[in-house]
Order: sequence, then C-alpha cells, then structure tokens
Amino acid sequence: MKKAALYLAVAVLAGACASKEVQQEPAVADRSSAVPPTTGSTGASSTTRPTTMDTMRGNPLTDPNSPLSKRSVYFDFDSNAVKDEYRGLVQAHSRYMTDKRDSRIRIEGNCDERGSREYNLALGQRRAEAVKKVMTVLGVSDGRIETTSYGEEKPVAMGHDESSWAQNRRADIKYSGE
Amino acid sequence: MKRLFLFAGAILFALGVRAQLTIDITTSGGRQIPIAVAPMAGEGAQPQPVAEVVAADLSRTGLFRLVNTAGVNPLPTEPSEVNFAEWGARSAEALVIGKIEAVSDGRLEVRFRLFDVQKQGQLASYSYVVTPAQLRATAHRIADVIYERLTGDKGVFSTKITYVVKRGRRYELQVADADGFNAQSVLASNEPIMSPAWSPDGSRLAYVSFDQKKPIVVVQNLAQGTTRVVANFRGNNSAPAWSPDSRYLLVALSKDGLTQVYRIPAGGGDAERLTESSGIDTQPAFSPDGQWIAFTSDRGGSPQIYRMPASGGPVQRLTFEGTYNVGPRYSPDGKSIAFVQRDGGRYRIAALELATGQVTVLTDGTLDDSPTFAPNGKMILYEAQVGGRGQLAAVSGDGRVRQRLTSAAGDVQDPAWGPMPTN
Repeated sequence: MKKAALYLAVAVLAGACASKEVQQEPAVADRSSAVPPTTGSTGASSTTRPTTMDTMRGNPLTDPNSPLSKRSVYFDFDSNAVKDEYRGLVQAHSRYMTDKRDSRIRIEGNCDERGSREYNLALGQRRAEAVKKVMTVLGVSDGRIETTSYGEEKPVAMGHDESSWAQNRRADIKYSGE
Repeated sequence: MKRLFLFAGAILFALGVRAQLTIDITTSGGRQIPIAVAPMAGEGAQPQPVAEVVAADLSRTGLFRLVNTAGVNPLPTEPSEVNFAEWGARSAEALVIGKIEAVSDGRLEVRFRLFDVQKQGQLASYSYVVTPAQLRATAHRIADVIYERLTGDKGVFSTKITYVVKRGRRYELQVADADGFNAQSVLASNEPIMSPAWSPDGSRLAYVSFDQKKPIVVVQNLAQGTTRVVANFRGNNSAPAWSPDSRYLLVALSKDGLTQVYRIPAGGGDAERLTESSGIDTQPAFSPDGQWIAFTSDRGGSPQIYRMPASGGPVQRLTFEGTYNVGPRYSPDGKSIAFVQRDGGRYRIAALELATGQVTVLTDGTLDDSPTFAPNGKMILYEAQVGGRGQLAAVSGDGRVRQRLTSAAGDVQDPAWGPMPTN
C-alpha cells in the first residue's frame, strides 16, 4: 500500500530532523524554549535540578543522542492509535519519569487542517490521551500527565498535501519548565 | 446566472475609509427587486456618502438589482420632484430619495423616502438627526428599513461580525460591521484564538485563548475591554456557547478524560457535566428557546450531531447520512441546524430541517467550516479555504445567493455573526 510507505518515510524524516525543525519553524519552537516558566502550574520545581545538572553532563531531554530528545508521536489520518514504531520513544519517556519522580509533562495533540476546528481540537486531545494511556500502563502516575491539544491551529508543515498533513498529525511531549 | 461585483472597498478607499473585506456576490435564479437609490441632496459635502452605502447593502443580499440613476436630471430629493413615469421606464419598481441638511451644533438631519414606482405611492419616510461620524451607521439603518419594507424580513445591515485574522504567527480577533467595514482588533496574540461567540446582547465575546499554551475559555467585555478567564480546567477548555438568557456558557472540557460537554456560569465557576459518553462530545449549541442542546459526538463510531433536552433527558441522534457531520448551529427560528458535512474528502456547510430531517448541502468548497447564521436567519456566514488561505464566505439559506468576503492579508477564520442591535 502506498500510504504505508509514505508514513514510514515521514516517520524517518521526523526522527531525522526533529531538532532541525525546531530551529527553522517558529510554530514549533515552543517545544523547547518558548514555554514561559510561569505558565505551568508546576513549572518551578522541576526546572532547577535538571538545569544545574545539565551544565555538568548534558540534559538527556535535549541531548540529540538521547532517545528522550525525540518528543513527537505521529498518527494516521482519523486515528489515535500509537503505532509500534513509537513505542520505544514512549517507553523511554516513561522510564525517565518513573526515575525522576518530580517530573511532569504535558502531551499536546495536533491534527492536520482537514475538518472542523473544534472537533479537531478534541481529536488532538484524544491523541494525547492515547499516548498518556501507554505511559500510565508503564507506571507513570495519572496526575503527572496533562493532555491538551492545539487541534489544527499549530501546524509544523504549512502545505496542503499529505506530506504536510502527516507531519501535523502528532502528539508532542513537553516537560514542565521547558 | 448573474454575477454582481461590488467594489465598495475601492469607492471608499478614495475617501480615506479603509475597507478590510471586499465582497463578491453570486446569485442564481430567483427574482431580484429592481430598485433605484438616488444620491441624496447635500451628501456630497459630507465625509460619508449615504446612498452608496444603502445601495451596496441592498445589492449585497442578492435580492435587489440596482437601477442606474445616471442621467436623471435633476435627481429628485423631494416627493414633488419624482417623475414616476421616468423611473418606470428605467424598470425601477422601488425608488429611494433623500437629503442631508445641517441642523444645530454640527449635527445633520438625514431624511429618506421609499416609493413604490408602479403605484406612485410612498412606502416609508424616516428622518434621523446624527453626527457626521454616524452617517455610515445611519445608511445601514436606512437599508434595514427598506429591506424589511420590501422583503418582509428584518435587515441585518446594522449588525456586527467577529472573526479571527491570522498573519504569520500573529492572531487578531476582530469585530467589524456586517459589510466588513470598521474592522477593529479587540484582541491580539502570538498564540491561536478560536471559536468566538457573541453574548445574546452583543456586549461580550467568549472565545478560546491559547495564551497559557493550552486552550482556555475567556469572556471579554467589548465596551470595557476587560477579560475574565471562565474555564481553565485541567486539559482542554473550548467551544463556548451562550445560553439565551446569558447566564451560562456551554463548554467542551477534557478535565475528566476525553472531551465532554459541561455547563458553567457565564462569569466562571464550577463545571456541571452534561454529557456522559466514552467518546468525544463537543461543539455544544443551545436552541434559541433554550430547550435543547445540540452537539457533536462520536459515541456511535463516527462524529454525528445529537441533541438532548437542556434540562436533562435522553440523547437523540439527528444526522444519519455520511460519516462526518459536526459543528451544529441553530437557525434563529430554531427550525434548522447548520453544520459541517464531509463528503468524500470535501467539507461543506449543510442545513438540517428539524421537522422533516431533510439535509441540504449549501456550499461547494473543499474545507468549509464554522457556519454562523445572520440574526434574521437569511444568510449563513462561514469559513472557506480558497487558494490555501482561510477566507469568509456567506450563503443564503436556500443556497441561491453566495458572497465571498476577501481580505487583503492573512487567513480569516472562525466567523460569528452578532445579534440584532438592541436599540
């Protein structure tokens, strides 16, 4: 099937240029830097310790060699199933969170532009919820994960074709304080 | 098929008034009332021509055909000066004349008269004493009177619309006159703004803000500019819809898992859960009489429109054709619901007649969204994607008249048509 090949290509692409995208495309820059420390209800606690350690031996959350630097889970059209190829990514974050007891995350769901804005907002949240479910099964407590959505409002790719849409159907993991 | 292009924007640009939206109208079939709108005596000395705005308002509905007034000499401004035979020869069925005169303290008296050309009788005569700054609004009021007298329906030329303009990363919530003029930004942000909803009296807007990096519901008082966060629960907060008595907002919240419909006090407070499903329930809307709540739910496997009594009771499915019917909005008379329907890969605005269950597809776009009824129920404003950009468009309830409102810059999205003015 043509579709499957495309998704694979997208997944590889996404994995390969996730950090590059952050620099090029301001719409996703908040993945790492644009979240003001004041917004999260639990922002302060988790920032202090990791940053002091970061300077010594690098922050695994941002180290491009660490699986934890991969933050995006991509979805098929009209689907909120977490595909097998992203299990490793979700497992890595689950392990990190079970080690770092004070870490908290927000999982932000996103959709492609097709369909109604408000319904897409709910669909994005369901995608985020699907990732959360995997993490809670792996032992992360429910209260440490908030699931929200940008719906179709913050596309990473601006095109109006499947290659853009595939990049926009995703859930991003963001740590509190980032 | 007739095509009428209105370059109201170009005309007024010369006078220093900046048009935000230009409007292109298409009508097919149906009778148009031929009407002559004569320039008003004394309006040339004013900053704002009145007759032109009246003519543009009427023409934009698709229900009128403007009769040329050029060459009529002298143009009548008093009933005694009207030569009905001449207007009849120009095939005008209705004639509008008027004059503008200075009264005291810089104010102006605007008087207009509407005639039935065939019967040679006066149908309406009104005068308004206004400031020069109110001339454009006065023109809309005159158009409202003429429209109602000749069609039997209330005019909506004095109403407001709101919509979101996106330019790059910049979002603005704007409020404009129904003809796209006098656009004012009431909110600007580098984060998305979604789903503006007018309070029933037009004094407040509820909308979804992402300023806190997640969707929350805010109510803004338009006169005072004050804002209040009314829903900021864990997860998503979105899809605000006012109750007809303005006391409550229906909202979609994901605080308990997946998105469900809740009711909150309009000033904020505890959320009362109204729907209980294992899927997504969102996009709630009160019926105009407050008896029903329509909403989108995918509890049956695909997103469809349902309704339930506002006081609680069994949920009833309303749409059955297709696998994607979302975003219900009641017509002002409560008899029909406009919504978004997916057909193949295309998203169109459709209307459901509640008494019969009959669905009529009204638009032919590829990505139409966010239908909103004019307060007289005659037109539905919506968002369309044209050339990869969001633009506003409108369609009459029978699909016969189509308008496209083109903005010079950016994406225009998420329109909401305001209520009738209260005065």
